[in-house]
Amino acid sequence: MSTYYSEDHEWIAVEGDIATIGITAHAAEQLGEVVFVEQKDADDEFEKGDEIGVIESVKAASEIYAPVDGTIVEANEMLEGNPAALNESPEGDAWIYKVKMSDLSQVDDLMSEADYKSFIG
Amino acid sequence: MTEPRRTPLYDLHVELGGKMVDFAGWEMPVQYPLGIMGEHNQCREKAAIFDVSHMAQVELHGEGAAEKLEALCPQAFTTLKPGKCRYGFFTNETGGIMDDLIVSNAGDFIYLVVNASMRDQDIPHMRANLEGIEVREITDRALIAVQGPKAEAVVAAHCPEAAELTFMATTVADIDGVSCRISRLGYTGEDGYEISIPEGDAVRLTRLFLENDDCDVSGLGARDSLRLESGLCLYGNDINGETSPVEGNLTWAMQKRRKEEGGFPGADRIQRELAEGPAKLLVGIKPEGRAPARAGVEVQCVEGNTIGAITSGSFGPTVGGPVAMGYVSKGHGEAGEKVNLVIRGKTQPAEIVKLPFVQQNYKR
Repeated sequence: MSTYYSEDHEWIAVEGDIATIGITAHAAEQLGEVVFVEQKDADDEFEKGDEIGVIESVKAASEIYAPVDGTIVEANEMLEGNPAALNESPEGDAWIYKVKMSDLSQVDDLMSEADYKSFIG
Repeated sequence: MTEPRRTPLYDLHVELGGKMVDFAGWEMPVQYPLGIMGEHNQCREKAAIFDVSHMAQVELHGEGAAEKLEALCPQAFTTLKPGKCRYGFFTNETGGIMDDLIVSNAGDFIYLVVNASMRDQDIPHMRANLEGIEVREITDRALIAVQGPKAEAVVAAHCPEAAELTFMATTVADIDGVSCRISRLGYTGEDGYEISIPEGDAVRLTRLFLENDDCDVSGLGARDSLRLESGLCLYGNDINGETSPVEGNLTWAMQKRRKEEGGFPGADRIQRELAEGPAKLLVGIKPEGRAPARAGVEVQCVEGNTIGAITSGSFGPTVGGPVAMGYVSKGHGEAGEKVNLVIRGKTQPAEIVKLPFVQQNYKR
C-alpha cells in the first residue's frame, strides 16, 4: 500500500485500485473542532476536483474535493455519529471514503509524504 | 490595504497561543489552544476574558448630550439615570440600523461603545449631528469583557465595588490601584463585566484576573457562538442598514416614549411597522438535523416557497447541535412553526423557536 497527499490536504492510501481517502492532521488542525460531516453515498461516481462532501467545524464549512476519479465504495459511517473523530484520528480511524479508482495513473499527480510536509511548511 | 491594528493586549494573545486573524481591520484572536468549544464552555461554566478593545469607546461631553443623542437613536437617554447603561442603535433616514451600541450615563458625560467595524462611520456621524457636543474617541484605553458565572468572583476579588453592580450598571473603581470603568454587561448571555482599562495597565490587570483558576481567555470564535445561542444580534449579519429595529425583533429596545413621539431618523417607517407589523421578522431557527445552517441558507415554508434566509448560524456547543437566526416574511415566524432549510441543495427540516436558545444568566 502506498500513501499519497493532495494540495487540498487529503491523504490517499492506495491498495490495488481501492483508495482510502481522508484529511490530513494538518487539515484537521486548521479546521478546528468538527461538528458535522456530509458524505456522498456508495456507488456515487465522481471526477477529480468534484466536491464529494463537506466538513463543518464550529468555525466554518469546508468542501472535500475528490483527489482522483472514481466511484464511492464506502463512506465511513462512524463520522455520522462521531464527527469529532476527525480531530482525534484524521489519518487513522476517521477516514472518509473508500473509493474505486478509475484511473490509477492519477496518483502520479499527487505528493509523497515528504513532498506534502514541505508543501505545508 | 492598511495594516491591521493591534490592541494593547496583542502580545499577550500571541504569548497565550492565540490564533490571530484580521477582524474589522484589527488583528484579533479567533481562538486559543483550548479551541472554540472549550472556550465557549469556559464562559458558560466558569469565567472567560475576551479582548474587545477593537470596539470604539467614546465620550460625549457637553450640555444636553443625552437629548441630542436621542435625535439619532430611538432610545430614551434623557431618563437614563447616572450609573446606568442602555442598549441602543443609530437609525438611518430609511429606518434601517446604522449600528448598535451601549450608551452609559457616566454622570458628567455619556460613555458609549460602538462596533469596531462601524467606528469610522459612527464617530463622524456623531460629530456631524451632535451640535455643541464634544465627541471624544478614547484611544488610550483597552476594553476587556470578563464573562461567565464566576466573573463576579474573579473581578470582585480585586474590586469589591464590582459585586455591588447590577446588570446594566456602570461605575468607576480601582482595580489594583488603577482607575477603571466597570460595567456589568456583555454579549455572551452570561453575567459579567466590560472593563475599560488604561492601555499601559491592561496586560497586568488581565494577567491578575487570569491568576484565578476559574478564569481563562476566549477568542472571537467562542464570542460568536455564545452570542448566537443567547439570541443576540451581530451587526452586519443579523441587522444592517436595510433592516429596521422592528424587523430585527428589537422593539423591546425602544422605549415607549420614543416609539410614540418619534423624532429619530427613519421614525415614519419604524412607527408604521410598529402599528402594522414588519414585512419580515428575525427569529430563532433550530435545524432538526446535525448540519449547521450558515448565513445565506434559504428558508422555505413546508409548502416549498421561499420565506426568508438565515443570517447567523453555527453549531451551539451548549445546545449540543446547530442553532441559527434568520428572517422570515410576514405571516410566518410563530414559535413551533416547521420550516425547511436548503443546505447545499438539500432540504433539511427545522423549527422556528423562541430566542434565546440558552437562557440568559444576568444579575438583575
